[in-house]
Amino acid sequence: MTLLTILFDGVAYGMLLFVLACGLAVTLGLMNFVNLAHGAFAMTGGYVCAVLVNRSGLPFFAALPIAFLVSAAVGALLERTLYRHLYARSHLDQVLFTIGLVFMSVTATDYFMGSSQTFIKLPDYLQGQIDIFGLGVGRYRLMIIVICGLLTIALQMILSKTRFGSRLRAAVDDPRAASGLGINVPQVFALTFAFGCGLAGMGGALGAEILGLDPYFPLKFMIYFLIVVTVGGSSSITGPFLASLLLGIGDVAGKYYVPKLGAFVIYTMMIVILIWRPNGLFGRTNAR
Amino acid sequence: MSIRTRMMWQAAAGVALLGGFALTAAQAQESVKIGLIVPMTGGQASTGQQINNAIKLYMQKNGDTVAGKKIEIILKDDAALPDNTKRLAQELIVNDKVNVIAGFGVTPAALAAAPLATQAKIPEVVMAAGTSIITERSPYIVRTSFTLAQSSTIIGDWAAKNGIKKVATLTSDYAPGNDALNFFKEHFTAGGGQIVEEVKVPLANPDFAPFLQRMKDSKPDAVFVFVPAGQGGNFMKQYAERGLDKSGIKVIGPGDVMDDDLLNNMGDAALGAVTAHLYSAAHPSAMNKEFVASYKKAFGSRPGFMAVSGYDGIHLIYEAIKKSGGKVDGDSLIAAMKGMAWESPRGPISIDPETRDIVQNIYIREVKKVDGELYNIEFATFENVKDPGKTKK
Repeated sequence: MTLLTILFDGVAYGMLLFVLACGLAVTLGLMNFVNLAHGAFAMTGGYVCAVLVNRSGLPFFAALPIAFLVSAAVGALLERTLYRHLYARSHLDQVLFTIGLVFMSVTATDYFMGSSQTFIKLPDYLQGQIDIFGLGVGRYRLMIIVICGLLTIALQMILSKTRFGSRLRAAVDDPRAASGLGINVPQVFALTFAFGCGLAGMGGALGAEILGLDPYFPLKFMIYFLIVVTVGGSSSITGPFLASLLLGIGDVAGKYYVPKLGAFVIYTMMIVILIWRPNGLFGRTNAR
Repeated sequence: MSIRTRMMWQAAAGVALLGGFALTAAQAQESVKIGLIVPMTGGQASTGQQINNAIKLYMQKNGDTVAGKKIEIILKDDAALPDNTKRLAQELIVNDKVNVIAGFGVTPAALAAAPLATQAKIPEVVMAAGTSIITERSPYIVRTSFTLAQSSTIIGDWAAKNGIKKVATLTSDYAPGNDALNFFKEHFTAGGGQIVEEVKVPLANPDFAPFLQRMKDSKPDAVFVFVPAGQGGNFMKQYAERGLDKSGIKVIGPGDVMDDDLLNNMGDAALGAVTAHLYSAAHPSAMNKEFVASYKKAFGSRPGFMAVSGYDGIHLIYEAIKKSGGKVDGDSLIAAMKGMAWESPRGPISIDPETRDIVQNIYIREVKKVDGELYNIEFATFENVKDPGKTKK
């Protein structure tokens, strides 16, 4: 029974990591842009949700899509004004630029929202555990699994089945040929970027209950996002998805069974996987 | 000798030299300068903000002149980084010629400034940092906050006497967490209690789920918890989510976790937690009611124990200047501060003349809902608690 509870918690944690990090997998893997400020968009979503629910009294489930939209809008705005100038620059420039953005977002949030932890007031029906055949299942975590699971399926469908998905894949594989075929490459990138930011924002809102929410969020969780993307490989979203689940379960199980080494399990797994497959679980074998 | 060490030597020599002249310099000046070094930005910012607010409040109430001297506060933000603290303390002492340095949000910051206080012979009033050893690092350090040992030993004693037999501990793996754990363990097991599970959580810990499951499986009477301020809320929420509250497992710990600053945002999950601490905004004294009301009016929030420590810190400086008759050199001030006793919003407190550390009542409190807000309601008092970290020696 305990094993199942651990598995359940691990899956919920992994799913959450996936929603938070998959936007980064898209920008890094598909657009080849190192966006360390990804966590800042997650934080934006978290705070938008907190303000809407706590101060304006909006229901939690109404605030979630708004968190998505606001983060996506902020992402689109920044992409058009700032990010697009850096697509052609070296990775070092991109890292320096985005880490600067992280620090600015930390200070700005500290100034406007205060430095203490913010909590989102949850409706009663999301609190506590329910009993399924003797197995204690946290309601909130169950909701996370359902929402994130649906999102993953939707994402996979968009990427593989829709016209937009094929345009995006074409734009990534060969931007010049794609624009020659009449695909508006900058527009495709902007939309993708905004969508990734929106997902992060939604992840931030969903994760506030479990991961906490304070102005240091983008710095604290940057490492987890990067682990997910490097372990998963950045060529598809299947890789990061499996990597998130693996890391989530590994982290939770490690902390439960060997609490003394708990913090190291996730890093050990990363090192082992990267030695075995340097490009990540689903990385492209040949460099592009 | 590297450049860095040489510069440090020069700086140290400069400070020592200045110390020699401090007496003459102090006699010539009309104002008393207090260098307040606290974290105003970064993860510890709420500590600095509370201390700064409380000092402003005190000076509004009591004026800015004592014994014919005008008090001047110079606020510096060290973001709780000891490197910054040391540099700022040096600048304050050498350039601004301050008479007192005060504040210090975290232990490493207080320790970084200690040698400077000794060399310059000026008082260092510690208003936040809580490790026992701090006051032993310089004869010029006085503390108005608390030591972790004070609250951790008391909750250990209380738990052992009040029907709690088996405890599982969950503490963050850093110096204060280990301090809290060891002091608690020592007193709880001496009182006949048993530790059934001991878990140290990494400091940057995103999710308590696996640790809480372990707690639940070990079926204790209570969970002893110490996590950095800010993580307390997450802990309590997940504790309730996992149904530990319904399995009758109590939460106990030092009161930092249930800081007034954060308590109200934790939600009903925090109800029933029993902690030992020096201050609750609900402390039932006329003085405290007035303090809480004026603090709320001025800053729009509830004062926490950091605010009270700052309030008492500035009071101590004021009273020491009065008592020494306006003599503001370090030795006169420290002599005046030793043994001083007064009524604070937290209750009666005094400065131990031997250790220059604070002696205060430690209260056992339970989180309850009063007028729709969560408060720590005090229900038992351990009087005049000295720092157990030192009395052992």
